[in-house]
Amino acid sequence: MPDKIAITLEVNGKAYPVTVEPRRTLADVLREDCGLTGTHLGCEHGVCGACTVLADGRPVRACLMFGVQAEGKAIRTVEGLADGDELHPLQQAFWENHGLQCGFCTPGFLMLAAGALGENPDMDDEDIRDVLSSNLCRCTGYQNIVKAVRIAAAEMRARRA
Amino acid sequence: MSWIGRALPRLEDPSLLKGLGNYVSDHARGAMHAAFVRSTVAAGDILGIERPDEGLVFTGADLDGVGRITAVLHRPDYRAVGQPLLPVDRVVFPGQAVAVVVAADAAAAEDLAEQVFLDIEPVDPILDFDAALAPGARAVHPEAPENVLVEGRMETPGFAEAMAAAHAVVELDLRSGRQSAMPMEPRGGVASYDAATGRVTLVASVQMPHMLRTGIADVLGIPEADLRVVAPDVGGAFGQKMSLFPEYAVLVWLARRLRTRVAWIEDRRENFLASAHSRDQAFTVRGAFAADGELLALEADLRSNVGAYSCYPVTCGVEPLMAFGELPGPYRFAQYKARSRGVTTNTCMMAPYRGVARPMLTFTMERLMEKAALQLGLDAIDVRRRNLITSFPHRSPTGVVYDEGSYLEAMEAAVAHVDIPAFRARQARARGEGRHLGLGVSVFSERTGYGTPVFAQRMMGIVPGYETVDLAMDPSGNVEIRIGASPHGQGLKTSLAQIVSDEIGVTPDKVRVISGDTDATPYGWGTFASRSIVISGGATKLAAEATATKLRKIAAMLMEADEASVTLADGFARVPGTNKAMPIAELARAAYHQSRQLGMPAGIRETGFYDPAGTFSNACHICEVEVDIETGGVRITRFVVVEDAGVVINPMIVDGQIAGGVAQGIGNALLEELIYDEDGNLLTTSLADYLPPTAVEVPDLEIIHMVTISPESITKAKGVGEGGTIGAPAAVINAVADALAPFGVEMNVMPATPERIRAALRNAKVAADA
Repeated sequence: MPDKIAITLEVNGKAYPVTVEPRRTLADVLREDCGLTGTHLGCEHGVCGACTVLADGRPVRACLMFGVQAEGKAIRTVEGLADGDELHPLQQAFWENHGLQCGFCTPGFLMLAAGALGENPDMDDEDIRDVLSSNLCRCTGYQNIVKAVRIAAAEMRARRA
Repeated sequence: MSWIGRALPRLEDPSLLKGLGNYVSDHARGAMHAAFVRSTVAAGDILGIERPDEGLVFTGADLDGVGRITAVLHRPDYRAVGQPLLPVDRVVFPGQAVAVVVAADAAAAEDLAEQVFLDIEPVDPILDFDAALAPGARAVHPEAPENVLVEGRMETPGFAEAMAAAHAVVELDLRSGRQSAMPMEPRGGVASYDAATGRVTLVASVQMPHMLRTGIADVLGIPEADLRVVAPDVGGAFGQKMSLFPEYAVLVWLARRLRTRVAWIEDRRENFLASAHSRDQAFTVRGAFAADGELLALEADLRSNVGAYSCYPVTCGVEPLMAFGELPGPYRFAQYKARSRGVTTNTCMMAPYRGVARPMLTFTMERLMEKAALQLGLDAIDVRRRNLITSFPHRSPTGVVYDEGSYLEAMEAAVAHVDIPAFRARQARARGEGRHLGLGVSVFSERTGYGTPVFAQRMMGIVPGYETVDLAMDPSGNVEIRIGASPHGQGLKTSLAQIVSDEIGVTPDKVRVISGDTDATPYGWGTFASRSIVISGGATKLAAEATATKLRKIAAMLMEADEASVTLADGFARVPGTNKAMPIAELARAAYHQSRQLGMPAGIRETGFYDPAGTFSNACHICEVEVDIETGGVRITRFVVVEDAGVVINPMIVDGQIAGGVAQGIGNALLEELIYDEDGNLLTTSLADYLPPTAVEVPDLEIIHMVTISPESITKAKGVGEGGTIGAPAAVINAVADALAPFGVEMNVMPATPERIRAALRNAKVAADA
C-alpha cells in the first residue's frame, strides 16, 4: 500500500486538508476525501469529460490528474458555480433550455463552458460546438447544451457591460 | 390555463445543476468495495482459481444454495439457459465475472482482484451467427445444441401466390453491427445490511427496481420483504439497466454474508465488456412488388446474435421476436413469410437498447422502398405513398393492431418542409463541383405504452406492463404521488406533475413525485419501452381525477354549491358565476380534520391503475448529408423530424427526447460499433475506440409536431422515448446511399463508417473497371 501524503487543496475558495495516496486521482480526492460528489466519473480515461473541473480557471479532466498535483491550484467544481441560492447564468440557461436530462454529464459541461467562456467570452456558435465536443452527453443530442451556452454567454457579457 | 402543453422547466433540474444529484456512486463513500475478477477468454473450462493468502475472495463454489438467473418464455421453440452468478465449471463470454473480492476501498479491491488467478483452458469461441449456425458447430450451451435460443416462424396463406404474381422481387441483405446503449454513468450498486432488521438495501443504477427485487430474491432464495431496492438518480440507461445482472445479486449476497455495506461501481471497460450489448443483427429480405410499386409480399430471414445468455426478465426474444412481429412497420402489405432466430454465441449478452429491433427493421423497410423504386423506375417517395397505412385500426400480417396515426401525412409534411426539388437542384450543382450531397427519408412507427395485453402475447414468464400510482394530498394541500415507473432522465416527474395540476388545480411545484424505492412505491415495471407517459401518466390521471372528485365534493359541501359546478384551478375551488371560492389547501385540511362533519372517509388518498394495449407514435425523418469520397467522412447538414406523439404534455421534454434519440441514431448509423477480434477479445473497451457522437457530429434538428388523438391513451399522449433512435439510422444511411448513387454503391451495413464507405467506393470502382 503506497504511503499517504498530507496535502491541502483549495476547492471553491475553501481549504481542504486531506491525506491521500499519491496515486489517487483529483476526481477521487474531490469525491471521496472532500465529499464533493458533484464531479462525476464516466470513463476514467479522459474522454467523456464528466469529471471536468477548473484548475486556475482552466478546464481539466479530474480523472487524469492526481490529487497531489492539484495542491497550490485554485480548484473550482460545480458546487462552487452558484452564488448561494442564485444559479450561475450557465446553470440558469441549462435549466431554462433543457440542456440536461439525466444530469450525469452536466457538471462537466457546466465547468467546461465556464472555463471556455472565461478564456473567450465572445465564442460564436461554431466555437461553442467545437469546445463542447470535448465532452460527451448521451441524452440531449447537444442542441440544447449549445443553445444554453450561447444564451449564458450573452447574459454574462451583458452583466459585465 | 392548462399546464399540459407548457414548456415548463423541469422540477428535477435544480439539484442536478448544483452538483447535488444523488447517483449510486455518491452512496459508496465509506463502504467496503467489491471488484469482480473476469474471464480474459471468451470460452473455456475453469480448471482452478488461485486465491491470495489474505483477503476476502469468493467464487461460485462459495455461493451455497444460490440459483441461476433464468429468463423464461413459454414458447416451444425457446431454450431456457440459466446464468450462474459466478460460474464454477466454464466461462461463456469474455469479461464474465468468475470471482469477487471485497476490500476497504475501490483501489484496494482492484489490487486484491489482480492477485486472483483464473486457470481457464480456452476453447475456440463462437462469436457470430454464421459460426454458430454452421452445421456441426460446437454448442455454446448444452441446453441449445443448435445454438438457437428462440425461433419464430410464420407464413400467411396467400404468400406463395403473391410472390409468384410479383412484377419484381427486390432483395436485400442488411447488417447491423453490435452496439452499446452506453449510458454516461456505468452500472453500480451499494448493498447495505441492516443488523436491526436483517434486511438489505440495494441502491443501484437501474430502470426496474421492483423487478430487480423479485429477481434477486428468487435467485438468493430470500423473501422479497428482506430486500429493498432503491434507484437513485440514474445517469442514463436506454435499456441497458433494465436487466438483472449477476453482479447485483452477488452484492446482496455479500452484504448478507459479511453483514456490512458493499459497493461496486463498474468502470467503463467493464461496462463495455460485461453489461449488455445490442443490435447485432443480419436481415435478409425479399420484397415482391407490383409494377406500380405496391408491396405485395415480404419474405424475411432474421438473425440476431443474442450473446451468451438470455436477459432477465424480458428474455433474448426481445430483439428477434420484435423484429419478427413488427418488420412490416408502417406498410400495408398482407402476405408475409418470416423466420427469426435468436442465436447464442460466446459474446456479451444482448439486451434491450433504445429502439429494440426497430432501428434495424426500419433500416430494412426503408432501404427496401429505395431499392424497389430504383428497380421499378419509380420515385421512392411515391413508392412509400403507395404503401403507407392510411386507415385505422390497421391489422398487420403478424396480427399487430395499429391505432390512429398519421404515417402518410407526416411524410407529406416532411417532404413539403424540406423542399426536395430544391435539394435536387443543389445536389446537381454540387455534383458538378465534385461534392456529394445526399437526402434520405425514413418513415416508421413506434409502438409505445403497451401493457400486459401485448406482453402476455409474447408468452413471457414474467408479464410486465401495468402501472399503479398512489396519490395523497396532505393537510396543507401539497400532493405526493408514488409511482411504479422509475424515470432516469426523461423528466417524467415534471410531466406527471403537469397532469396532476390540470386535474386538481394545484401548481406543479406542489406535486412531489416519489419513484425508484421499493419500500415507498407501488409494485411497478420501471421505465422502458416508451411506456411511462402513457401508462404511468394514465394511472396518474386516474388517481388525480378521483382526487378532484373528492375535492369537489368537499368544496360543494363547504360552499353550499352543486358539486358539478365546482372548478379547481390556480390553487382554488370556485363556483363560476358566484363569488364563492376556497383555497384547495383548506379543502385538504377539512378532509383530514373535519371528516366527521363532512361525513366522508378521512383524508385524501387515491389510487390509479392503468394497463393499456398500447398506442403507436409515428414519424418521418429526412436527413441531408455531404459525403467526402476521399475520406469516407459524412457530415450531416440538415435533419428534419415530423413527429406525431399525440398530445404533447411538455413540448420541451418531448423535443429533448426526440433530439437525444436522433443523436443516438446518428451514432448507430455512422460511428458506433463493438468489435471482437477472432479470439473473442473485445477491441472497443474505451471511449477512444467506441465512438458516440459529439456536439460536432449532431446537427440542430428541425422538429415539427402533428397531433393524432388515439382512443388507446387516456392522457391522449403517446410515447416518444425511442422514435429518434428508431428512425435516424435509416434516414442517415439512405442519405449516404443517395449521395453515392452515381458510383452505384449500396449501403447495407450500419454503422456506415468511413472505412466501410471507402471500401464500398473502392469495390464499386473495381467492379466498374473490370
